[in-house]
Amino acid sequence: MFYKVKSAFFLAALLAAGTAQAQTNCGATSGRVNIVGNEFPAIRSVAAQATRCQTGSLTVRSNLTANHQRINLAGMQGNPAEYTSAIVATSSIVELMNNNVLRPLDALVAAHGADIPRNQLITIDGRVMAVAFMANSQHLVYRKDILAQIGAEPPKTYEEMIRIGRTLRERGIVRNPIGGAYQAGWNLAQEFVNMYIGHGGEFFRPGTPEVAVNNAQGIAALNTMKALTELMNPDFLTHDSNATSAEWRAGNVAMMNMWGSRTGVLMAREGNQPQVSDNTTVGAPMTVGGGRIPATTLWWDGWTVARNVSDDDARATFLALKHGTSPALLNAETMGQAVWMIAGYQPAPANKGVMDTMAMGAKPYPMLPYMGLLHTALGDGIAPFLQGRKDAATTLADIEAAYRTAARERGFLR
Amino acid sequence: MRHTVFLRFFLPTALAMLTFIALPIVSVLVQSVYAPHERVVVEVENCTPFGCVKSTVIDQEATRKLQEERPLGRFVGGDIYVDRSHLAFAELGQAWNGAATWHEFVRRLMTLPFYKALAFTLTYMLFVTPLSIMLGFFVALAVNALPRLLRGPTIFFSLLPMIVTPLVGALILFWMVDSRGIIGSAVQWLAGDDDLSLKASTPLTWIMLIVYGTWSTAPFAFVVYYAGLQTVPQDTLESAMLDGASRWHRIRYIVLPHLLPLTTFMFLIKIMDNFRVFEPIVSFNASAHAQSLSYFIYSDLAETRLLSSAAATSVLTVGGVLVLLSPVLVRTWRQFGKA
Repeated sequence: MFYKVKSAFFLAALLAAGTAQAQTNCGATSGRVNIVGNEFPAIRSVAAQATRCQTGSLTVRSNLTANHQRINLAGMQGNPAEYTSAIVATSSIVELMNNNVLRPLDALVAAHGADIPRNQLITIDGRVMAVAFMANSQHLVYRKDILAQIGAEPPKTYEEMIRIGRTLRERGIVRNPIGGAYQAGWNLAQEFVNMYIGHGGEFFRPGTPEVAVNNAQGIAALNTMKALTELMNPDFLTHDSNATSAEWRAGNVAMMNMWGSRTGVLMAREGNQPQVSDNTTVGAPMTVGGGRIPATTLWWDGWTVARNVSDDDARATFLALKHGTSPALLNAETMGQAVWMIAGYQPAPANKGVMDTMAMGAKPYPMLPYMGLLHTALGDGIAPFLQGRKDAATTLADIEAAYRTAARERGFLR
Repeated sequence: MRHTVFLRFFLPTALAMLTFIALPIVSVLVQSVYAPHERVVVEVENCTPFGCVKSTVIDQEATRKLQEERPLGRFVGGDIYVDRSHLAFAELGQAWNGAATWHEFVRRLMTLPFYKALAFTLTYMLFVTPLSIMLGFFVALAVNALPRLLRGPTIFFSLLPMIVTPLVGALILFWMVDSRGIIGSAVQWLAGDDDLSLKASTPLTWIMLIVYGTWSTAPFAFVVYYAGLQTVPQDTLESAMLDGASRWHRIRYIVLPHLLPLTTFMFLIKIMDNFRVFEPIVSFNASAHAQSLSYFIYSDLAETRLLSSAAATSVLTVGGVLVLLSPVLVRTWRQFGKA
């Protein structure tokens, strides 16, 4: 009986999808669309929506993988390019820009994109290079039941977070009260970027690839990170966002700085202990060291069009992805998957943190051609300081030296 | 065999080796002395949903011309080999002149990525190579002494570490040594220290990697030795027994000398393998504590696309293997020279 109901429902859904597919008119009738991008629910939905544009003469395919950054450049360098579009984020667009494989979208926007809100357009040097469709950021996530036990308000600054964490440990309520994605490598560097921006630091001398992190703000950022790690699970250098989320779901953590795109899963009743899911609360990002700008970075995800494809394919790609990120995308299922920059979007409680981040005037992650090199140098160089094997100034000096070596090889520095 | 026959037999192999081994090595060599062109960076304004900021981009027009003129990049000679990420001669000199004591010199040396990685790679190789060969030998002796009926299943179980996909095997161990895992908790209980974490301590991480390396590669030595044990002349063993030689004496004076060529062969293979240690570092998430030359190549290629740097590290790795193998190679050369 139940099976029959389910299959009937499935059939209806299929029919609906079929008719929707037949009815969808994206404006493109022929061409080849092939999308490469990261793999998470929001992007899956965008790709699925774009695929609805498929007709007999218009093919729409997608390759979504967590390793998209390893294949998108190679897949767009050929002529014609294998991928007609890459879905990118604040940091991953840079490598594609550096290698000149993206097509400026101004003409396509003028011809077919009058209805795309202006603020969604990513312009670099006055040319539209991508269309953003969602925002993401890291911000506070806390357990309201645990904070209530000591009568603490959710922390607004990292200093408060450390103080509350110490109290929780001293009173024996939570052994390792603070969580964070501090895995050596990309994650650890990202936490430094947050903390350094929060302390008001600039990564480079303005307008040049000359690195400048060995300063008072850099040392303050490292010291804050060290104070936080003392309240974390001792294995913190091996914990990425997944492992940190697992610690959270196991109920071992009271407060953490976490990605907005991952909070929905932690607050869902499904797959969590009610004690954890019902008490997980999203807060605003924290400031640090008396600064006003929150110690976090804003990220957008957006789509691009490849340079090395025919004008017809570029047009088809533009129209398919425009449809993929149009208000038609939003429904009960997709609404909570991200902080969409699409008309008609209504934030869920899990999305409050990212909305707060934008409202507080957080800085976007720096879109500089050489930022990736510094990010890698940071990810390799910070661990010895947190392990107590190097002092802060030496750590930063070594990171700068490692960056300079890489930047010299890549031709950014003489 | 006549020379022409030999040539005809050898030609396909030689061609394959030339195409798939020699040429790639040459291309890596070429890559390592060229670096990407200098990038002209211009200041621009970028606008995103979060507002407009001053930023920089690469001037594509200026770089394209250079690229078309010299597609290989700019010739840098040995610069990459001696930069800070590799042999770091300049930094080495500074450390030598600036350090008052040996201790201080070593401490400074260990801040240079290449030497830090070399220290781990050599330690790993020096421990894992003999340990895994010895373990394999003892397992082979033990299995050989079993009644025939039990041998099959025992061989299968002894081979398990090699049958299990290395990444999966390492991941299972990774969970077990977690501070909340079974081994991690046991170590905490034994040491009486609740904050002790195998993953947080560099020496313990090294030990863990060495233990894993030994465990996962011992079956190779076991299989080779087990096959070798079947060829030990039985009459020699029996006459030794009549002479009153103990089991230990028989192993020491008959089995071991008989298996010596196999042991040399295994040392060769194992030194090469262990010098290129890579998988355990990735699967144990151990890069904060232990890095190897292969790990550098991986992170250069995957994260920052420093192709020249990766190529230089590759060449240095090949060089390192050759240096390590040279004693054994010279020995083999002499042996065959005599014969």
